[in-house]
Amino acid sequence: MEILAIIGALISLAGSMFLLLAAIGIFRMPDTYNRMQTGTKATTLGSLLFFIGIGLANPSWWGKLLALTIFIFITNPLSSHVLARALHFIGKSPLLKGSKDPDVRDDLAAFESLETGKGDQV
Amino acid sequence: MADIIFNIAAVIALAAFVITFYRIIVGPELGDRIVALDAMTIMALSGIAFLAHFLGRIIYLDVALVYGLISFLGVIAVARYMERGL
Repeated sequence: MEILAIIGALISLAGSMFLLLAAIGIFRMPDTYNRMQTGTKATTLGSLLFFIGIGLANPSWWGKLLALTIFIFITNPLSSHVLARALHFIGKSPLLKGSKDPDVRDDLAAFESLETGKGDQV
Repeated sequence: MADIIFNIAAVIALAAFVITFYRIIVGPELGDRIVALDAMTIMALSGIAFLAHFLGRIIYLDVALVYGLISFLGVIAVARYMERGL
């Protein structure tokens, strides 16, 4: 029983690490869509691991923890999707100009040359 | 041994909570703030589950379930407000 509690505590520690990664991502990401992406996926996995760890430490709690986990797995991507849909419909454009990714820069340059009609057809 | 690791995990989750709260204060727009609030809710759910384990009471998991439901409805309401107003 003690071994099971220690394994559960280590899994909970991994889940809290994912929560901390989500917080750092929300702190540092440059754009609303980027913040939404890192904030949703990492918190979903982190809370799943946290609940699994608590369920291993208290084996008679599996029913309610499973209900909570399924609830979070349904509602968290759904709320993120609704937020992204609302942001898209009010006209917020994703980050392209200040991006540090070379692929995004190439795509942006190709798109601008296509718009002005000077470049080749891509 | 297990309790010490559980306490460390709870402290790390609390640190994540505090770091996310910064984005609510300085977030340039409403979208950033509501994204940070959504993430903070999930961290608070983990904190409530840890509290249930720490105090040994299963009834707090019901509190976590109702809190998650109300937070989900709040995010949906704010998204609808952003999209087409009240």
